[in-house]
Amino acid sequence: MSVLKKSKKNNKRIIVWKLLSYCFFKYLREHLSVISGPVTVMDSAPSKQYSDDVSLVMVLLDTNPFFWGGENTTTKVSFSNFLNHVISFLNSVLLLNQLNQVVVIATGYNSCDYIFDSSTSESLNVSSGNGKMPALCSKMLQKLEEFVIRDEQLSKENSPSGIVSSLLSGSLSLALCYIQKVSRSGRLHPNPRILCLQGSPDGPEQYVAVMNAIFSAQRSMVPIDSCIVGVQHSAFLQQASYITGGVYLKPPQLDGLFQYLSTVFATDLHSRSFLQLPKPVGVDFRASCFCHKSTIDMGYICSVCLSIFCKQHKKCSTCGSVFGQANPEVKLPTDRKRKTIDLNAAYN
Amino acid sequence: MNYFTNNHVEERRVAEEKEDEEDEEGNENDMEAWERAYAEDRSWESLQEDESGLLRPIDNDGVQHAQYRRRLRNLSAASAASRIQKGLIRYLYIVIDLSRAASERDFKPSRMAVVAKHVEAFIREFFDQNPLSHIGLVTIKDGVAQCLTDLGGSPDSHIKALMGQLSCSGDSSLQNALDLVEGYLCGIPSYGHREVLLLYSALTTCDPGDVMETIKKCKRSKIRCSVIGLSAEVFVCKHLCQETGGSYTIALNEFHFKDLLLEHAPPPPAIAEFAVGNLIKMGFPQRAAEGVVSICSCHKEAKVGGGYICPRCKARVCELPTECRICGLTLVSSPHLARSYHHLFPITPFEELSLALLNSSRHKLQKTCFGCQQSLVPSGNRPGLRVACPKCKQHFCLDCDIYIHESLHNCPGCESLRHSKTVNNIE
Repeated sequence: MSVLKKSKKNNKRIIVWKLLSYCFFKYLREHLSVISGPVTVMDSAPSKQYSDDVSLVMVLLDTNPFFWGGENTTTKVSFSNFLNHVISFLNSVLLLNQLNQVVVIATGYNSCDYIFDSSTSESLNVSSGNGKMPALCSKMLQKLEEFVIRDEQLSKENSPSGIVSSLLSGSLSLALCYIQKVSRSGRLHPNPRILCLQGSPDGPEQYVAVMNAIFSAQRSMVPIDSCIVGVQHSAFLQQASYITGGVYLKPPQLDGLFQYLSTVFATDLHSRSFLQLPKPVGVDFRASCFCHKSTIDMGYICSVCLSIFCKQHKKCSTCGSVFGQANPEVKLPTDRKRKTIDLNAAYN
Repeated sequence: MNYFTNNHVEERRVAEEKEDEEDEEGNENDMEAWERAYAEDRSWESLQEDESGLLRPIDNDGVQHAQYRRRLRNLSAASAASRIQKGLIRYLYIVIDLSRAASERDFKPSRMAVVAKHVEAFIREFFDQNPLSHIGLVTIKDGVAQCLTDLGGSPDSHIKALMGQLSCSGDSSLQNALDLVEGYLCGIPSYGHREVLLLYSALTTCDPGDVMETIKKCKRSKIRCSVIGLSAEVFVCKHLCQETGGSYTIALNEFHFKDLLLEHAPPPPAIAEFAVGNLIKMGFPQRAAEGVVSICSCHKEAKVGGGYICPRCKARVCELPTECRICGLTLVSSPHLARSYHHLFPITPFEELSLALLNSSRHKLQKTCFGCQQSLVPSGNRPGLRVACPKCKQHFCLDCDIYIHESLHNCPGCESLRHSKTVNNIE
């Protein structure tokens, strides 16, 4: 009995020793590599650590003039105020890790364009002329102004007809192309993510394009975070964040936008698993029908092409197939289903 | 202050890039040279002889892109010929031949293992592309066909069942397999597309009766049968595919097999008389908020957290796609449907810009790729090839071209212009 106890104790002791020696060797290795010169330091720099906490943040900035200039001023901040918050946020992301990279894409009403990229030397080395503003700020604001003017000129040619959505699908596509370029560049690339700062409502005509972009992001494991600064929730971005595993947030008080941005969206993807981030309040999975582009929660699907219609049609407008029976539910055989039809009648 | 740190960032980045290259080299050196050649298989094929007789690595980018463009052209030609009708709701049985022939070792480690490995990848890809479709698995062993899994929509259950059943013996029987599958596929709704995919290792079939009769029966029940052979062409398989409108292909090696198998993942063109077009009534439930307690209709117990609420009867279900237990409405989420929309609205292939045009009007050209901002100006060893979208006339680099057509299915140029879009809608 006592022998057994002893051996157990010995075992424990051996384990402790193993742990100690492991720690010691690890320490020694790190220490030695520092001593023996810069080349070894580079070799021993683990690639995992680099890709863990270095992030590439693609910020999609909604610059839709019909939203920012609109009259619905219930809880809204002005555009300049909004920019103040965003620029401080961008600066703090760059400060969190010196290898972090920020790219800003403007989502306008008529066009989308890159307005800032922290990796290009042009945007970093030019300091502002009067010395009042930091380089990041002035360069970005200058490009943003050019973009807004160009966007406005485009809109003069064709005046808006009721829709005031911005081109979310375009800026999402641009961001994904950029992320592809970065991930092609080698094994040690920063972790990409997309942050949509969206104010204007969804444009139903962009449904297919936005969904395509979401699935592509999902396939390349890029989370799409969304921060809604508008009045309504965005069904597109709710789905985007849910499908890609990003965070969806509609800050209740826009005065403290910077605080929301920095506490929720600034941390890298690895640290997110340790944080209590806002949980989705419910995702709107309704689709928009192809005939009127309105959002519906029940509808008819063409079995050939899966187009969605809000009413029964004789012929599919997308693929041209003619539908055989009017109501396929009628001929369902089982008992349970028959009951169903009665219920259907009751509901209809 | 800002200026200083930024400069520093730039230096660090350059250092990191260098290290990056070194790291990659270091990693390759882990293996012995002969091991590497063996692992990668046919490394000699990536060399070519130039005019002076020296060996050069093949310009892979150009070759790959050319291959991709050829494939894209073929695809767009095919879709232009027929209207965009595709069988998007598919009921597919995968029949795996596990007869004696499947233990042959011409594929490494064995035909059976190679088939299982790629079928797993195929099932995942299939459900990614055909979210509302169903797959069933059937194996042939000892002359008898056996149903491994019933038609179902969950990839994991199929893969689990398949991996548990990997052993082979006896003869293979085409007739038994077809009879079994035909029996199952009779009962599916009329709008579904019935398909069988046979992965056939054997060169013979050992049947209880006349296999030709069975083939006729399959044709009558409108089942599209395709065969991928692992050994050599067999007449009866070819006949089967011709009669039922499927495709018959023979795999040359493992990679070829993988390609052939994955060709069956995108939905095939719909054949009008095979499946009747129909309108199916469906509901799009909303996801309930996290932390809400409700009784779900599928397990009949109270559950906390996100479920889906049927829009007609407000019952809670746990997973999509499904059928509501209370009112029988088919419930899907709109993302399920949207996954296949890129088949319906394909983007046009981009046009390659000739070098002559580039040289003649250099000053007017875009300097960077519209998608990823990569420089398109020819420099050093990079030829600066570019393509342009025929609609929005924006220029793209070759990598973006491939990404846009294979994964994104959106043209960033067309999407970032409002007027081009309104024109599309009017069309």
